[in-house]
Amino acid sequence: MQSLQKITSKFIPLRIENVDTDQIIPARFLKATTKDGFGKNLFRDWRYENDDETKPKADFVLNQKQYSGEILVAAKNFGCGSSREHAAWSIQDYGFKVVVSSFFADIFKNNALNNGVLPVTVSDAFLQQIFAQGADDTLSVDLEAQTITIDATGAQEKFDINSYKKTCMLNGYDDIDYLLNMKPEIEAYEKTI
Amino acid sequence: MGKTLFEKIWDKHVVKQIEDGPSVVYIDKHFIHEVTSPQAFSGIEKRGAQIFRPQQIVATADHNVPTMNQELPIKDALSKFQVDTLIENCKKHGVELYGLGHKYQGIVHVIGPELGITQPGMTIVCGDSHTSTHGAFGSISFGIGTSEVEMVFASQCIMQSKPKVMRINIDGELKNGVVSKDIILYIIAQISASGATGYFVEYAGSAIRALSMEARMTICNMSIEMGARGGMIAPDQTTFDYIKGRLFAPQGADWDKKLAAWAALYTDADAKFDVEINIKAEDIDPMITYGTNPGMGLSVRGTLPTVESFADATEKQNYEKALAYMGLTAGQSLLGMPVQNVFIGSCTNSRIEDFRLVASIIKGKQKDPNIKTLIVPGSQEVAKQIKAEGLDKIFADAGVEIRQAGCSACLGMNEDKILAGEYCISTSNRNFEGRQGAGARTLLASPLTAAAALLTGKITDIRDILN
Repeated sequence: MQSLQKITSKFIPLRIENVDTDQIIPARFLKATTKDGFGKNLFRDWRYENDDETKPKADFVLNQKQYSGEILVAAKNFGCGSSREHAAWSIQDYGFKVVVSSFFADIFKNNALNNGVLPVTVSDAFLQQIFAQGADDTLSVDLEAQTITIDATGAQEKFDINSYKKTCMLNGYDDIDYLLNMKPEIEAYEKTI
Repeated sequence: MGKTLFEKIWDKHVVKQIEDGPSVVYIDKHFIHEVTSPQAFSGIEKRGAQIFRPQQIVATADHNVPTMNQELPIKDALSKFQVDTLIENCKKHGVELYGLGHKYQGIVHVIGPELGITQPGMTIVCGDSHTSTHGAFGSISFGIGTSEVEMVFASQCIMQSKPKVMRINIDGELKNGVVSKDIILYIIAQISASGATGYFVEYAGSAIRALSMEARMTICNMSIEMGARGGMIAPDQTTFDYIKGRLFAPQGADWDKKLAAWAALYTDADAKFDVEINIKAEDIDPMITYGTNPGMGLSVRGTLPTVESFADATEKQNYEKALAYMGLTAGQSLLGMPVQNVFIGSCTNSRIEDFRLVASIIKGKQKDPNIKTLIVPGSQEVAKQIKAEGLDKIFADAGVEIRQAGCSACLGMNEDKILAGEYCISTSNRNFEGRQGAGARTLLASPLTAAAALLTGKITDIRDILN
């Protein structure tokens, strides 16, 4: 897993609530047997008219040239619905390292963390402050300090992450290595069942 | 202080509590399917690791399979490759596979219970958010991502933070024409599509106790649609009677021992929930959704909310976006609106009881000539039972074809899709944009409401047919 410490970047504002994983990556793209190449189909049906890559929808934020960056900012309840990890793979493959929302669905949050994409939960008020910024303004996310800052205004908020996951993210460790090292304890547990 | 049902099972399965981190939770049963497992198999192989407990895994092919001509090779090359990859992976790693053509094949959340694999007190995971279905048996069951599938492959454990607990009590008697699907659609409409995020939900109360196992599964199945990590119902005599005698159910002395343990699986009287919600069964009407998340539901006799009823600008904008997608108008009624498709199936409503309900409505009648149907049993076993009970004849006489087992039009992944712009009354679980195919407009409802539309071609209050 890729590590992440600090990032300062412009952001893409997605002012939509309850973004479900079927929108992030429609089911017809789940036929793959690898994790690669999902980014081009991220938000596929919001991005293109009639599934046609030559017809980008002008009103969708990923198609608006003024917006760019490695941070996606979305309205509340981001990533609800299906457990498909393909949603996290799509977001990562597109180039996002951080997703900011006032509320994340549980499974998506775990999937993002397991792929080195940092979900940052902010207050509703802070989210609105971010949405009020211009396309050239940047956000800074500092995982060690657990802060997110609107650079133009200096407004800052702390975000939560448990210290185990934080250490994993900072160093690029993954849970499976941890679990593989726990096998003796797991075998001992099994004897008690 | 006493413990909740959730805590009793959770505590027993915690192998280790990481300080200021998640718990390492032991998993009793792991279901896998073709869509969310290939990257986990290749992940474990890349590490040079072995599957730790292959005998605790059961595989099936359900999401990406056709529901016609299953005996022939799958036409779509990518789908065929994905299904073949599952076959190879299971063979290589010694995992039991009930694949296409196997007599136990079917939707993963239908076959687990019907084969007696799903049992009270277990921890169960699957790379599918509707794994919450198995909670109907008093198990902790939840959906996971593919990295987590790999974790369970590697260690039979998963890292999870302990969720908060919520209890939803539904007391009283359901009105005529109201079934368990209506209960869960009502709950989600009340608390919203994110109302239970961060919680594990226990459903309780006299209306829940009165339900069959099939009906309880429908409720637990849709727990994820309000954001819950999972849903569960304490096991009782109904549960034990359902399990007894099934293929993988405990036998003989083992049955007696298990039964004694299962009888202790209930929430203690003095246990505390983080949130408790009370609902009167009498308040629930046949329900239908009108929007693009399962929280956007109302009584089939209701009217859509006005735009003004939403407080903030983003909510207003989201509601208008949903209305535009659905081709509906704020304030309108849905009753009498023509629909083009009826889908009866999915892990929510494709069990034998669902087919009995539908058959009871359409018996001796003809389907509306304009309605296109996808009527899809959840498993080979359900299909067999439909024939054994002669229900297939009732469907055939009504002009309705029954398909082969699979997830079908629930998720717009296989061949079964709804055309852009068309409405579909669907017994499935999600009405997201494009869920049943790009541009498809999904109206979630119970099998009874779907059966009513099958006959009339319109959104119909089933009580108008029953009376």
